[in-house]
Amino acid sequence: MSAPPALEVRGLAAEFLTDRGPLRAVDGVSFAVAPGRTLAIVGESGCGKSVTALAIMGLLPPHVRVSGSIRLAGREIATLPPEERRRLRGAEMAMVFQEPMTSLNPAFTAGEQVAEALRLHQGLSRREAFARAVEMLAHVRIPDAARRARQYPHQLSGGMRQRVMIAMALACRPRLLLADEPTTALDVTVQAQILALIDELKRETGTAVVLITHDLGVVADHADEVVVMYAGRIAERAPAAALFALPQHPYTVGLLGAAPRLGRAAGGRLASIEGAVPDMARPPPGCRFAPRCPFRIARCAEEAPPLAEVAPGHASACWRAPLESVLEAAA
Amino acid sequence: MSAAAPLLELDGVVKHFPVRDALGRRRGAVRAVDGVSLAVAEGSVLAIVGESGCGKSTLGRLALRLIEPDAGAVRFAGEDLGALSPRALRARRRDMQLIFQDPFASLDPHMTVEDAVAEPLRLHRIVPRARERERVAELLRRVGLRPEHARRWPHEFSGGQRQRIAIARALASGPRLVVGDEPVSALDVSVQAQVINLLQDLIRDLGLTFVLISHDLAVVRHIADRVAVMYLGRIVEEGPAEAVFAAPRHPYTRALLAAVPGQGRAGAPPIEGDVPSPIAPPPGCRFHTRCPFAETLCREAEPELAGGIVHRAACHLQDRLPPAAAPAEADPGGERLRRLQSFFRAGPPQQAPAAATAEAHQEPSGASA
Ligand SMILES: Nc1ncnc2c1ncn2[C@@H]1O[C@H](COP(=O)(O)OP(=O)(O)O)[C@@H](O)[C@H]1O
Ligand SMILES: Nc1ncnc2c1ncn2[C@@H]1O[C@H](COP(=O)(O)OP(=O)(O)O)[C@@H](O)[C@H]1O
Ligand code: SF4
Ligand code: SF4
Ligand SMILES: [Mg+2]
Ligand SMILES: [Mg+2]
Repeated sequence: MSAPPALEVRGLAAEFLTDRGPLRAVDGVSFAVAPGRTLAIVGESGCGKSVTALAIMGLLPPHVRVSGSIRLAGREIATLPPEERRRLRGAEMAMVFQEPMTSLNPAFTAGEQVAEALRLHQGLSRREAFARAVEMLAHVRIPDAARRARQYPHQLSGGMRQRVMIAMALACRPRLLLADEPTTALDVTVQAQILALIDELKRETGTAVVLITHDLGVVADHADEVVVMYAGRIAERAPAAALFALPQHPYTVGLLGAAPRLGRAAGGRLASIEGAVPDMARPPPGCRFAPRCPFRIARCAEEAPPLAEVAPGHASACWRAPLESVLEAAA
Repeated sequence: MSAAAPLLELDGVVKHFPVRDALGRRRGAVRAVDGVSLAVAEGSVLAIVGESGCGKSTLGRLALRLIEPDAGAVRFAGEDLGALSPRALRARRRDMQLIFQDPFASLDPHMTVEDAVAEPLRLHRIVPRARERERVAELLRRVGLRPEHARRWPHEFSGGQRQRIAIARALASGPRLVVGDEPVSALDVSVQAQVINLLQDLIRDLGLTFVLISHDLAVVRHIADRVAVMYLGRIVEEGPAEAVFAAPRHPYTRALLAAVPGQGRAGAPPIEGDVPSPIAPPPGCRFHTRCPFAETLCREAEPELAGGIVHRAACHLQDRLPPAAAPAEADPGGERLRRLQSFFRAGPPQQAPAAATAEAHQEPSGASA
């Protein structure tokens, strides 16, 4: 047997109790990421991407009912007591968020915060930890790291704050890095810098990366594997190259058509997906994409399609997959 | 693009914001817009692009005379807006409207949709009171909403729907010029596509002159006729969208284009650093601190926009730079994907199985984005 995946998730579900009844934000999600690889999760907002990541991290509030299996390097962690889950965070798994300001403490300098992460898990002295933190900040290419280490978050640019977050997340070389829209708030130039940095650190440390994004261009450039989520479920799961060359779920086809592209001539209409992601407290019956799907047939509104392989490693949850059948029917 | 007379002209426009210390003493100025000249032909779409903090929004506000320039002139249809009396300027406002990025902030939560859309009608006395309701209904239909929505409140709508309401409000007075400041940046991709399609229809059908402020170059590529690239308060390149995207002349434009993901260039080293402070922009060429081509001259003399009338760039080396890599035409999905996508253009089938959700896009729902 080869080494187990860095992360393997099976049948993950997360249910919120709301005043409008139970809301299953994530409903049976399964995927695996090998060490040193990047798996991207894409989908419109509200599809359950962040809740999936928070469930894996064990960061959802206690009233959220989480079920399913989460294995970290082969070890089941979903059933661990909260105290043990907490110890895993930082040491074995770490997360960076879209807005670093919400996770950085405004009252401590960048260097102190990175040093704290190091001290917690590596038992370094204060001085050693700070010196190491400056090294880490230089390593994530913060210019003039010794000076920046003594600055507070508000004195840093958005890009630099995200670098500090990455330095903290990677301080202990975790097996798994979850990055939830880490560059959505940044300019494309800074986005390119941050994503290149994550790629480089991943190659260096063998950390597995789960990259949550709504930008298919980012997926094309940085992911090995892709999970397309719609309304809490996986619509399609495929190696990145296959997803772009031969998408097999109507939602993926729609997403690919909706985004304007640099290489595409100007003028024409975008193939927008009509409508919006459903209210997750009252999802539509059957296939959740049916109300927006131009390919739907009678069965779609009645029965939810299972996620089934259409090619090795490539799965689609659609009654009409592979979509070649749709094209033949239309021809 | 025909040689139509410019509807909007900016001539050496400058806007500096004073910076004060804790005691209120003046400590220099943010040089947000620092000498910009531009002309926008009637019926055309000009995009203003650049990283955040480069002065795009300030320029948009100057163009609409929502703020006054420290120097330079703004002309609308040949008329110097700075020379107008406050009253005449107020009357002119019906011709010039702004759409913001954040439809959540731009709509007054205490106004129904009807009042929000009718307000400009009343302000500029566009229609008699008796025809107001009819006109509001017409505007709502025009932006893809239903007349019944008029009596609802902004919070009942999703982000995309609110942006439609904001667009209806901006169009109410029958403007000739609309400035959109990141009008689709806050929207999810599918909703963004719907609103982009809507804006394109409106620009074409109403013959609008549109200034699109955006940091998203793919969106710009899709709808702009001309592009102006801003860096630290200055235009560094300006020209027809085709030419700027296919053969960018300024190293900054090249860096911006190269950073757009999805072109299979992830291996190429990205441009370094952040935009320097606009309080003390670098001497000489403002881009020299990040430019891979910088020479001694670049650190000493500020380049002027030059190189032609149609397509200009402000770079000393523009004639000596290596040819730029054109945006990669990555198209792995090919004909199969195009055929599948054509079904989305046609829209979902009409025999809707679940009527309630099939029209979710028209049904106000606070829950969706
Ligand atoms: N604290 C919460 N309480 C109730 N519902 C929530 C909460 N957080 C998220 N949700 C719901 O879970 C669904 C998925 O949310 P999320 O994972 O944040 O989506 P994404 O990250 O894909 O935009 C949404 O429908 C959202 O309304
Ligand atoms: N009202 C203001 N007072 C002081 N500084 C401002 C004001 N508006 C904008 N600025 C500054 O001017 C510069 C340009 O801002 P802006 O026009 O918003 O840029 P962009 O839209 O390209 O992000 C920034 O440094 C910004 O902080
Ligand atoms: S199962 Fe039916 S409704 Fe769902 S994506 Fe496939 S064709 Fe569309
Ligand atoms: S003038 Fe010099 S520094 Fe400025 S963009 Fe051109 S080559 Fe670069
Ligand atoms: Mg999210
Ligand atoms: Mg702005």
